[in-house]
Amino acid sequence: MKECLIKVGMASCGRAAGAEEIYKSAEEYIKQNNLNCRLIKTACIGMCFAEPLMELIMPNMPDITYGRITEEEVPKIIQNYLNQNPQEEKILLTKKSTSETTLQGEENEGIKKQTRIVLRNCGIIDPESIEDYINRQGYAALQKVLKEMSPEKVVTEILNSRLRGRGGAGFPTGLKWEIAANSRVGEKKYMICNADEGDPGAFMDRSVLEGDPHSVIEGMLIGAYAIGADEGYIYVRAEYPLAIKHLHKAIKDAYENNILGKNILKSSFSFDLHIKEGAGAFVCGEETALIASIEGKRGMPNIRPPYPAQSGLFGQPTNINNVETFANIAWIILNGAEEFNKMGTEKSKGTKVFALAGKIKKSGLIEVPMGVPLHHVIYEIGGGMKDDSPFKAVQLGGPSGGCIPASMLNTIVDYDSISQTGAIMGSGGMVVMDENTCVVDVAKFFLTFTQNESCGKCTFCRIGTRRMLEILTRITEGKGKIEDIHTLENLAENISKASLCGLGQTAPNPVLTTLKYFREEYEEHIIDHKCRAGVCNKLINYSVVADKCVGCTACTRVCPVGCISGELKKPHFIHQNQCIKCGACFNACKFQAIVKK
Amino acid sequence: MATDTQKLDKLIEKYAAKKGILIPLLQDIQNLEGYLSRESMKYVAEKMKMREAEIYGVATFYSMFRLKPLAKHIIRVCKGTACHVSGANNISTAIRNVLDLTDGEDQSADGLFTFIEVACLGCCSLAPVIMIDDKTYGKLTSEKVTQIVKSYY
Repeated sequence: MKECLIKVGMASCGRAAGAEEIYKSAEEYIKQNNLNCRLIKTACIGMCFAEPLMELIMPNMPDITYGRITEEEVPKIIQNYLNQNPQEEKILLTKKSTSETTLQGEENEGIKKQTRIVLRNCGIIDPESIEDYINRQGYAALQKVLKEMSPEKVVTEILNSRLRGRGGAGFPTGLKWEIAANSRVGEKKYMICNADEGDPGAFMDRSVLEGDPHSVIEGMLIGAYAIGADEGYIYVRAEYPLAIKHLHKAIKDAYENNILGKNILKSSFSFDLHIKEGAGAFVCGEETALIASIEGKRGMPNIRPPYPAQSGLFGQPTNINNVETFANIAWIILNGAEEFNKMGTEKSKGTKVFALAGKIKKSGLIEVPMGVPLHHVIYEIGGGMKDDSPFKAVQLGGPSGGCIPASMLNTIVDYDSISQTGAIMGSGGMVVMDENTCVVDVAKFFLTFTQNESCGKCTFCRIGTRRMLEILTRITEGKGKIEDIHTLENLAENISKASLCGLGQTAPNPVLTTLKYFREEYEEHIIDHKCRAGVCNKLINYSVVADKCVGCTACTRVCPVGCISGELKKPHFIHQNQCIKCGACFNACKFQAIVKK
Repeated sequence: MATDTQKLDKLIEKYAAKKGILIPLLQDIQNLEGYLSRESMKYVAEKMKMREAEIYGVATFYSMFRLKPLAKHIIRVCKGTACHVSGANNISTAIRNVLDLTDGEDQSADGLFTFIEVACLGCCSLAPVIMIDDKTYGKLTSEKVTQIVKSYY
């Protein structure tokens, strides 16, 4: 029998959706039938909405990816595929259609709308196999750099590519490297990868580290060569155990293959790489706080200058880039800055990875060229809204970003266009919201987060965010005053001005953008004590419409606190003082006899 | 828990002469003991010639360090943005109801559950999500999560 390759998507999200059962089922089937199949675990191909996924590859057959499968279906799918009679249901993707089969996957068109540079290997290779990476041009860029390019030439190439930092702020990477390369020449320097992805609702870096850890290591090596660093750290969130596991394996394999350590690939360049696990502090995403944390201190930002390039980790010149930035580097070296420049807009080149989530049909990880409009991302790639409820806003940039309303969906994806709306490009979290989302509540949510994560060093950030949160809480409870809006704006302005680091400077953005685009909702909460989305608990009540209630007891059975009383076949009653407003009864009632006001 | 100083010595030794080791050391101690006890922190301070306040400062700065022992099961409720807009608050309320926790409490009276709200579990497509120990549950409703938690009793 011909050899068959079976891949199961086993990133964190796939595992949560049941991929381990799929893998076990496939493993068992292969063993029982003594099949000549190689079974591998890949990471995230980005189609989280269709997890769990399984891909089958065999000569003279199209590659087929199945989605939303159950463990019971696995043996049948494998059997039919090996018999060259693949099951037609649940096909997500097909590649290399042969003349005999013209099967089409439901996502074949969808994936063509993306351009995958950073995610080039994600979901395709076994992330724990350095051979898989090398087979797809892995470490070819490093080889090219070490053999043919001087450090200055590498810096020039990255400068010419006009790659900007993908961590959020968009500082030109080449410029950063140039400054670090020219700083204190000849002294010890450090290269750091910032993988402290703390932004709630963002999982781009996790997916890249889980799915293609070597691409990040290769980017770091090229950067280290360019600036003259011989030691580096990857600072990664401890909440990402799988990413850490894959990184450890990748680093071990790299050392064994003379890709890390002394005299890399027989050159005179040496580099040691360590992993540093974060301990749960959002502020450590800020460069100087991250450095403090690696040094074993509380992760508090420092005044710049001196910049890390002048005096960073342990007082030495240090360069820090984000995971996605590093994942771009090898591609640029191999394909050239010119090729990279063909994608994107005047000031933002290349692609951007986004984590689509929220009330969107196809949530997952996508990569698009800079310059496409937001509605293209949400409707063409994301498939539009999950339920029938209409689109209300999209949140970009997490706690540092803002909400962009429907009227501005023509905004294109590039650093400057998005900044103009008041949001920021950020690291790439994109959370879609519908009419059932209350923007005041969302603003309160982000302020709760930043207030909690403020390190406490700057007074405005420490106390100002707390005051803003108190006001927002008051508004969502129907106790707001109309002058609160002005106070919020005033506080926001001062917090931005008087905070040292990005956390404080951008913390008011979620409030400012919602005030800018949804001011009337704030006013409704304050004046009419009304939450039109029906989210703010203190402003809503559930009650039974006696005429419509048939007394089926469906609501009493689902009420988690037992606050609904009534006899069978007689109208029921909700005891307001015990009600926790969870909405379970509202969802359970088939007769629309429960109303939310 | 009585602190096993021999084990602590071993950990401290492992990091001897390395730079910036306090956080990994505390992480190892937490893995060993389940939390950071006052005694352990005091011992580390003495051994490493640091001030106790400095260690306490680091331990309280990072959210992963716990100063109290954990219960048998840990329930982590994701409070990421996607989960929030999908109703994570109701999930929290439902769990707190089952565990009979009053405001501010994070441990059930029977010592079975520790309740933690976390920033983001990174499974946004399955929102709202919780984790009980190592198992992830997604696409939850108040009723579903009530059933799930009850199944651990």
